Amino acid sequence: MIEVLHSGIYCSIQDQGRFGYAKMGIPQAGYMDTYAAKMANALLKNHERAALIEITFGQGKFKFTSDTYICITGGDFSPKINEKLIKMQSVYPIKKDSVLSFGKRVYGARVYLSVYGGIQTERIYSSRSYFKGITQQKLVKGDMLPILPIQENTENSFSRVRVSEKHFRTMYLPCIKGPEFSRLNKEQQRRLFSPFRVSDHNNRVGYRLKECLENNLPSILTSAVMPGTVQLTPSGKCIILLQDCQVTGGYPRILQLSEIAIARVSQKITGDKIQFILEDYS
Amino acid sequence: MKFQLTYKLFGRSAILVEWPANISQDIIQDIISFERHIKEIDSILDTIIAYNSLLIRYQNPIVDQELTIRQLKNKYTALSYLIKQDQFLWEIPVCYDASFGLDLEEIANKKKCSVADIVRLHTKTDYLVYFIGFQPGFLYLGGLHQNLHVPRKSNPRVRVDKGSVGIGSAQTGIYPQNSSGGWNIIGKSPLNFFNMKASNPCFAKPGDRIQFVSVDLHTFYQIEKEVANQKFRIKNSEL
Repeated sequence: MIEVLHSGIYCSIQDQGRFGYAKMGIPQAGYMDTYAAKMANALLKNHERAALIEITFGQGKFKFTSDTYICITGGDFSPKINEKLIKMQSVYPIKKDSVLSFGKRVYGARVYLSVYGGIQTERIYSSRSYFKGITQQKLVKGDMLPILPIQENTENSFSRVRVSEKHFRTMYLPCIKGPEFSRLNKEQQRRLFSPFRVSDHNNRVGYRLKECLENNLPSILTSAVMPGTVQLTPSGKCIILLQDCQVTGGYPRILQLSEIAIARVSQKITGDKIQFILEDYS
Repeated sequence: MKFQLTYKLFGRSAILVEWPANISQDIIQDIISFERHIKEIDSILDTIIAYNSLLIRYQNPIVDQELTIRQLKNKYTALSYLIKQDQFLWEIPVCYDASFGLDLEEIANKKKCSVADIVRLHTKTDYLVYFIGFQPGFLYLGGLHQNLHVPRKSNPRVRVDKGSVGIGSAQTGIYPQNSSGGWNIIGKSPLNFFNMKASNPCFAKPGDRIQFVSVDLHTFYQIEKEVANQKFRIKNSEL
């Protein structure tokens, strides 16, 4: 088991998310930084869909009640085992009663804690991803999370990879045109591809941007949206929808972020600069 | 009736199919039939139905856009109109008592009619379920009487109870969960519109119809108890 000693502002269990249930209005959910989450699972030789813990701003403290292996990826918040610094993107054997905590922020916003075999909480609609109304909303102090016992013949591969910090530092977000992009005039398009800053309205549902676009577009008939859709609101603010977004919306959809751009934006914090880059995709 | 559809790439792994931008029964029936018809395509990950659109999400990035669109166009051409099946009319009990219908009085004043008139109009006809969105189990219903169109509240409520029946502009609907909300609340239904314990968490689906039936407070609480004990069966009939 993993015991949650402290869960900070928002810790949740996430896997790839829910697919096939959008018709009931059930959002996709799932890990925000696909790139970091998949890497954590790969290093532990877990299935890529194994569930892990997503820790916002490294605010979390966990105790392991049995021996296991772990790997930390995503944002670097100086992870520590029993107060001793450990490396990111590295597999560590963990002794029973060890405590994982975090310290100073180096980069990023979301940390992934992957354990041997993945977190074994209940699967609901083919996913363990937390979403309010489907599962519990977030981890709370005292939660006990089931994990698999390590096999006797489990060998630590001591796998390690280096990640490019570019993933966390770059402001560029590759995207393609959204269904209503063509309704923007030349000036709006020019502004759209200039830098923006992330406002303090940013969470798993979406990131609202600070600067405005002059907007005269009418609403659309409510239609499908998905993680990575950039909506233009009547006030001219852009919203980048992310994993916990609704399945439909009524604002013009002007861009659609690529998968890597979604992963990058989910490591951004309030005030960070971003810039949309149109990818040629034909 | 066949419609002129447009097919757009939406992200790298989805195609957005659009019908003419109208809210109409013919269009939504066509979308529902089309969605059923393409279900057999293995590479589809998920679909999202809305008023005049169908989003088709594939498991992998689309390599050949033209080929994928041609495949969908062929499916649409081959669409038989006999696919209409398993559509139901659901009877939804709603208590329009003033203790639940927080905005009934205000609407009556605005519309210069009585509260009874509002209830009569709201229960007079049935409503078509266009699609489910916004929240798990939130039904987008069409067919609200023109005299009941009321703008959304300028100050949304921080908390609207689960089961609350509301009116927002030309739409009416039921909040499936406690949430914040800007619609005018006219009553409350004791039913679960998103039930995690049921094998099918949403009993209604796009293409079904909803008939609101007015019940008194006593009946409301009785049904609420039966729902909690999983003994209540929602009345329905095949369309």
